[in-house]
Amino acid sequence: MFKILEAEQLSANVYKQVILAPRVAKSCEPGQFIILRVDEHGERIPLTICDYDREAGTVTIVFQPIGVSTNKLVALKAGDSIADFVGPLGHPSDLVTDDFEEVKKKKVVFIAGGVGTAPVYPQAKWLHEHGIECDIIVGARTKDILIMEEEMSKVGNLYLCTDDGSYGFKGVGTAMLEKLVSEGHHYDLCVAIGPMIMMKFACLTTKKLGIPTVVSMNPIMVDGTGMCGACRVMVGDEVKFACVDGPEFDGHKIDFDQAMKRAAMYKTEEGRRFLAFKEGATHHGGCGNCGGDK
Amino acid sequence: MAQGLTRVPVREQNPKVRATNFEEVCYGYNKEEAVEEAKRCLGCKKPKCVEGCPVSINIPEFIAAVKEEKFDEAFKIISQSSALPAVCGRVCPQESQCEGKCVRGIKGDPVAIGKLERFVADWARENGIKPEAPAEKNGKKVAVIGSGPSGLTCAGDLAKLGYDVTIFEALHKAGGVLVYGIPEFRLPKDRVVGPEVENVKSLGVKIETDVIIGKTVTIDELIENEGFDAVFIGSGAGLPKFMGIPGETACGVLSANEFLTRNNLMKAFDESYDTPIVHGKKVVVVGGGNVAMDAARTALRLGGETHIVYRRSEEELPARKEEVHHAKEEGIIFDLLTNPVEIIVDENDWVKGVKCIKMELGEPDASGRRRPVEVPGSEFVIDCDTVVMSLGTSPNPLISSTTKGLEINKRKCIVATEDTGATSKEGVYAGGDAVTGAATVILAMGAGKAAAKGIHEYLSQK
Repeated sequence: MFKILEAEQLSANVYKQVILAPRVAKSCEPGQFIILRVDEHGERIPLTICDYDREAGTVTIVFQPIGVSTNKLVALKAGDSIADFVGPLGHPSDLVTDDFEEVKKKKVVFIAGGVGTAPVYPQAKWLHEHGIECDIIVGARTKDILIMEEEMSKVGNLYLCTDDGSYGFKGVGTAMLEKLVSEGHHYDLCVAIGPMIMMKFACLTTKKLGIPTVVSMNPIMVDGTGMCGACRVMVGDEVKFACVDGPEFDGHKIDFDQAMKRAAMYKTEEGRRFLAFKEGATHHGGCGNCGGDK
Repeated sequence: MAQGLTRVPVREQNPKVRATNFEEVCYGYNKEEAVEEAKRCLGCKKPKCVEGCPVSINIPEFIAAVKEEKFDEAFKIISQSSALPAVCGRVCPQESQCEGKCVRGIKGDPVAIGKLERFVADWARENGIKPEAPAEKNGKKVAVIGSGPSGLTCAGDLAKLGYDVTIFEALHKAGGVLVYGIPEFRLPKDRVVGPEVENVKSLGVKIETDVIIGKTVTIDELIENEGFDAVFIGSGAGLPKFMGIPGETACGVLSANEFLTRNNLMKAFDESYDTPIVHGKKVVVVGGGNVAMDAARTALRLGGETHIVYRRSEEELPARKEEVHHAKEEGIIFDLLTNPVEIIVDENDWVKGVKCIKMELGEPDASGRRRPVEVPGSEFVIDCDTVVMSLGTSPNPLISSTTKGLEINKRKCIVATEDTGATSKEGVYAGGDAVTGAATVILAMGAGKAAAKGIHEYLSQK
């Protein structure tokens, strides 16, 4: 069992938890993820690492309740435990593993979308701690779902955007990037992390602007160790397993349309289970699946 | 037929009924049946059956105990050689091992050694009999990587010798392929595998789940920082193979590992568990091994019409005869001498069919099996909504790539000596599928046994 030390609501629909997991905290690096299982009947879900404290033995995760597992997780408080927490999984970010002298020469811009802000944070923080300045564009639909503004502003030059203009720049993150480039900013690398649709459009923009772009893929996963291939993505002509070959890939080579269709593979199945979870004993086929006679 | 030539039949669930549930197919012997079958054993002076058993269980002796209804004595005899008798009695390919060598088999049926072993193990569990923990610890620490059949066996043997053993398991549950691969209807998890793992723990073995060696911690760190005197690698061969044909990343195409893991480990077939599974209406399973049979029979139980597509003929099916027989009884359709060339998808990128080509058998290849050759112009489409690829697996390179000085061969298998399990790195031993590539449960157990002996000799001299 893994103890939750802190549980906090960050915005209208985003939550943060600090988990005691000394082995993971000791070995994880920015860009990697974990898999957790809330309870004995739970499924295994992947979440990107948002922060870690090697001394305290803790790992921070940030998530949005969307289905059964994340809703079960949100219901837990500090002091509660989850059944399983395993990692770190996947490769660390290239920024961390590549030759430092080369990384130092690069001007990096991050584009974070929604809950994707969380995995951007440890990368920007790592650069900041190593004396490298970066620009960070954080986008959200509205002001009340923006997260981690304070933390982010400490590790890079922060540009906030909201779709409705309720805070910061009015428009999506890529529009902000185009604006920055038109104002004379030059970037050697863009790291875009967020919902698949946002990463797709970020890549279309950066391709046009000629900026090499790395994305962090978030396909369906089961084990996260390369033994099943549920997380297969097409990268150029090659089939890759996001859990072991990624999760970060060259965004200009990803087949996002297929990745989005694969992500929706269990949509009805998930919806059905979520309804059953929400309605509990009162669930009488509201999903239309069992005809109400079960 | 003359008396004693045929074995006591074993009771099974009706095929029509069992095709709709995940309950165990075979009920096994009861006390009377077991004793009656035990009487068929001739108690050979030079028992051939023992030679056929990769862990050399003293078969005539345990069967003699069954004959006299001394079942606890029988369990003690088996436990000297095997840590997982309830598992092995169920999943070993006995026809090519112990039972294949039984002299009774020359004229009539060989003695049902597997079913007797299973009876003894089940009886011991139901009567609360556990293997005995060692009297004294020797103060030396051994790490075992992986909690599959080889790791559990190696850990059990070392614990009996007094070692302080910790098993590190990447998944959340111990058992390896016994929990994620082999289906509930062949090997019940809570009733059989769980208690068998508990038996290994009752010998003093610690199991740390959710630890991925090579990621969470490396073998070098275990030796340098955590004080382990030796390491056994039993990490198996868990990487799935795909065909590399167009359309293979489409929705509805799964590896057998994924399909089986969702069902067996995550219990997706049970509504009270959160993990979803595709309930295909028409499922094509590609491959002809035991894993393909398991996947097909699982798909059938989830309610789909299920086809096995295999490029050779029935003769060459690598699966156990018993499994093929069970699959057919349950209504699996075999499309033999057929090979997929492309996955056809609809506008939502979902599978809608598999384009296949007919095959014929040519000359025998290096493995001695007749090589399948495509029949030109014979392409046709099998309509389906789910495809399960069951083409075999290979070892995960995670451990070999993160351990200094560990030699691997060109198939990514760890190089280890057969009789001791010693690898190219001092103090590090390996066995099971990580060394041989995908093989059987009992061979992995044999390798775990050999490595335990190798580690004991190494640490005794140190």
